[in-house]
Amino acid sequence: MKKIINKPEDVVDQMIDGLIFGSEDLIERIPGTNVILNKQLSKGKVALVSGGGSGHEPTHAGFVGPGMLAAAVCGQVFTSPAPDQILEAIKQADQGAGVLLVIKNYSGDIMNFEMAEELAAMDEIEVDHIVVDDDIAVEDSTYTAGRRGVAGTILVHKIIGAAAESGLSLKELKALADQVIPSIKTIGVALSAGTVPESGKPGFELEDNEMEYGVGIHGEPGYRREPIKPSREIAEELTDQLRKAFQWKAGDCYGILVNGLGATPLMEQYIFANDVAQLLKSEQIELPFRKIGSYMTSLDMAGLSLTLIQLKDDHWLDWLNAPARTTAW
Amino acid sequence: MLTVESTIKWLNLFSEKVEKNKDYLSELDQAIGDGDHGANMARGVAAMNEALSNKSFDSIQDVLKTAAMALLSKIGGASGPLYGSALIAMAKQAGEDRSDLASIIQAGSDGIQKRGKAEPGDKTMVDVWVPVVNALKNNKLSADIIKKAVQDTEPLKAKKGRASYLGDRSIGHIDPGSMSSGYLFETLIEGDTL
Repeated sequence: MKKIINKPEDVVDQMIDGLIFGSEDLIERIPGTNVILNKQLSKGKVALVSGGGSGHEPTHAGFVGPGMLAAAVCGQVFTSPAPDQILEAIKQADQGAGVLLVIKNYSGDIMNFEMAEELAAMDEIEVDHIVVDDDIAVEDSTYTAGRRGVAGTILVHKIIGAAAESGLSLKELKALADQVIPSIKTIGVALSAGTVPESGKPGFELEDNEMEYGVGIHGEPGYRREPIKPSREIAEELTDQLRKAFQWKAGDCYGILVNGLGATPLMEQYIFANDVAQLLKSEQIELPFRKIGSYMTSLDMAGLSLTLIQLKDDHWLDWLNAPARTTAW
Repeated sequence: MLTVESTIKWLNLFSEKVEKNKDYLSELDQAIGDGDHGANMARGVAAMNEALSNKSFDSIQDVLKTAAMALLSKIGGASGPLYGSALIAMAKQAGEDRSDLASIIQAGSDGIQKRGKAEPGDKTMVDVWVPVVNALKNNKLSADIIKKAVQDTEPLKAKKGRASYLGDRSIGHIDPGSMSSGYLFETLIEGDTL
């Protein structure tokens, strides 16, 4: 393992201080916690609180700021934060209109956030939650933990965050999320695994010439391994999966997010984005919202994910384009 | 029978056992999870031991609640809320009926199922808690019964938690959460708490 760190057990703590050093005008740390708080919370508006294991930077803390998240709770690497930390985030973020928790669909995250929600209810803070499950590599059935929450989560942060800023109530935001989340789908490909600092070893092994489709952002196994191919063919495979999931037709309107998983350079992300753009153009899909970059990473995993959101309502595009002041958006 | 002293002794023995076997727990977790169950449990029981040694207790409920909060805030992941919920439910039950160990463990088992929504056979710690409760009700809890319950998770296919993403590939491995729950009940016997 070759990493620019000090002690593996200190990575989350020291990362948080460094992140805040870079954006001191926007964010602060709640003392004694791993919670990052927006310094300019909007009085009387619903506060959006997200979080989860660390290792996905700039998610989640990089999206704290006016127009997106009120607070983010950082767990240990790839480990959900505990309820007491989430509760602290809820208490400090609440501006009198309630708190909406954004949870990615993992067993640990769901349980910890739900417990925090129950504790907050005892303190008479109005709290509800939404669960993001955009990874179509996983079958959603009663026999699995269901689809995972991956890169599409940042689009949820943006849309719901902007909608909260515009003054929607907790109930309205929850109803909005119920429409938005099923309209977001993501599929990824990995070329190599990320290495958790405390374990020191890559999460899984791929041969030099191999890639794996459908790998999760913690290295969860994907749906197929094969020899590495040109970007255009990878774009075809991922677009095929999304076409099957969306069943789109010519003229449909989507937003696109090409997301690097940590170790894949922007050059490769741009090349891949160009290939996807051509494929979608040939199918006459409109793409009024576009974003390319490393937003939901998996430590130093090489690979990328492709997210599409079907823009079923004009407001969604407005909220995606609304101003937000955060470290990473 | 549970008393303040025997409950503390039991939880201390559990801590020792987790600490001693943390590498094995992580090894089990590497096969079907993300490989940190041992490290997470060791962090949790260390915090629990500290919390239990820093305070005097006048009820079993108090002991269990203190232990629950330490585990809840320090284990993290999925195991934190599961063990935390179990011990909170056990504390509540102990407040009502402290003499009946079976009903206390039953409450813990129910707390886990309510939090994690797993059923027996899903390859989770529920597969150890449920048979242990049944054995306790019949005054038949033994090391063999615990060992068998843990071992019986090996051929199961995971339907909950991170291991469920592996589908059939989760078959043939012992569930790490079942193993750590096995330690909890083994130390119940070893501490002469029954």
